[in-house]
Amino acid sequence: MTAATSPEEAAERAVRSEYARILATLIRVTGDVDLAQDAVQDAVLRALQTWPRDGVPDEPRAWLTVVARRCAIDRIRRDASRQGKEADAVWLLDNALPEPVESVVRDDLLRLVFTCCHPTLSRDAQIALSLRTLGGLSTADVARALLVPEATMAKRLTRAKQKIRQARIPYRVPADDELPARLDGVLSTVYLMFNEGYAAGAGETAMRGPLIDEAVRLGRLLHDLMPDEASVTGLLALMLLQDSRRSARVAADGTVVPLAEQDRGLWDPEAVREGVELVGAALRRTPDRPDPYVVQAAIAACHALAADYEATDWDAVLSWYDVLLTVERTPVARLGRAAAVAERDGPEAGLRAVDAVDGLAGYAWWHASRAELLGRLGRVDEAVAASARAVSLGLNDAHARFVTRRRPDSD
Amino acid sequence: MPQYVAIIYTKDVDWSHPDQAADMAEYGAFGEAAAAVIRGGAALYPTATATTVRVAGGKGGDVLTTDGPYAETKEALTGFYILECADLDEAVATAARIPAAWDGAVEVRPVLPVM
Repeated sequence: MTAATSPEEAAERAVRSEYARILATLIRVTGDVDLAQDAVQDAVLRALQTWPRDGVPDEPRAWLTVVARRCAIDRIRRDASRQGKEADAVWLLDNALPEPVESVVRDDLLRLVFTCCHPTLSRDAQIALSLRTLGGLSTADVARALLVPEATMAKRLTRAKQKIRQARIPYRVPADDELPARLDGVLSTVYLMFNEGYAAGAGETAMRGPLIDEAVRLGRLLHDLMPDEASVTGLLALMLLQDSRRSARVAADGTVVPLAEQDRGLWDPEAVREGVELVGAALRRTPDRPDPYVVQAAIAACHALAADYEATDWDAVLSWYDVLLTVERTPVARLGRAAAVAERDGPEAGLRAVDAVDGLAGYAWWHASRAELLGRLGRVDEAVAASARAVSLGLNDAHARFVTRRRPDSD
Repeated sequence: MPQYVAIIYTKDVDWSHPDQAADMAEYGAFGEAAAAVIRGGAALYPTATATTVRVAGGKGGDVLTTDGPYAETKEALTGFYILECADLDEAVATAARIPAAWDGAVEVRPVLPVM
């Protein structure tokens, strides 16, 4: 980047990177999500008013936490005078201890992560809450990112927070024995968010950038919080490597460009470098049982490291798929393997492998893969039928244009 | 401590029938094991014994009754427990030990505290 960042941008960036931590601290101190959110919002507004003028303070987090705490006290006082009940919380906040040390902030934040992704909340609610509280997006931005009307999103968030409060979903880092399962839930929520952005299921565009950015940001946050968890490292690596192809993945006309035809010069070398490095780190941490995210990231790394499509090490890709299938024998993973077979052994072997994957008759990409391979084999009628089937199963518009463009009869 | 109701949905069985003796013993075992958090509860007679009551035209209006449960569902409301737990995690963990959890479903709902 050569362009100097404006004071406004610098202030905004500083606020964004501290938001989740400050909110997590305020939730612990006040014990009230809504109050904490309002107080942090007050502090953020004040920062965005004063920082561009006075410069970002040396300790932006301390500044924001102190101001947010004061705003919380003001709000409690206003509320207490209305309802006539003097809140103990004011005393607590007034006498609050010095700035929490890093490890306390880390625990606050971890608690918030596990609460936002609590398995008793619907997946939609988990994603919305994570974007709102961990990502610091406004309700309107969350609604836009998820293509939901703002009123619907406001209701969804209110309902989720109501459940946390009334049903007493605990703010707690799960105990060791339940941690793996709970962490799994957190990771799949973040990856779902990423995929929602990466292969948007509905609408015109193939990708929704802001959602991808938020998912990667959350991945980084989790990696900061849990640097020793291989699956966390693997997920961040996987997202970085997939996202490194963002600019090459969609043509100017909005059509999706398949991996084979992508201009690799457009891949983001910094994301590739970081992703590959993380794959290595994650692999060193998973000696006994392979982790699905780490293995998928390793597959993505095989592609990232090939100078061009022809140079892809398909043997390596296939062996990683074999490893993946030992821990995650899903039809989608088998389809991925079948596609790799097609590249290494030709379309005929590939089609046999694709057809051997059962359970995907309702999955648009299974039909799209068949269409592609039937086309390569010159079986035109079948290819046309398969691509029509893929489109009818709700491939999004940009992907559909890609599939129909590649119909053998459309030249 | 917050209270939760664990609402039990199972096949529409008659718990008083000798056929259910084995099931009832399982519930008895759960009741003993979870005695520390159970604050109340009941097994209900089958939905065939239920009466749904409505008052037409507002308070004080005609009492209308229909034979049967409010909602006809594949699995019926056949009992409940009142649980006192620290939080939803504990309530869910307790509900997961109620036999209905693997032989139907258990709905966990927080109880509004009465002032």
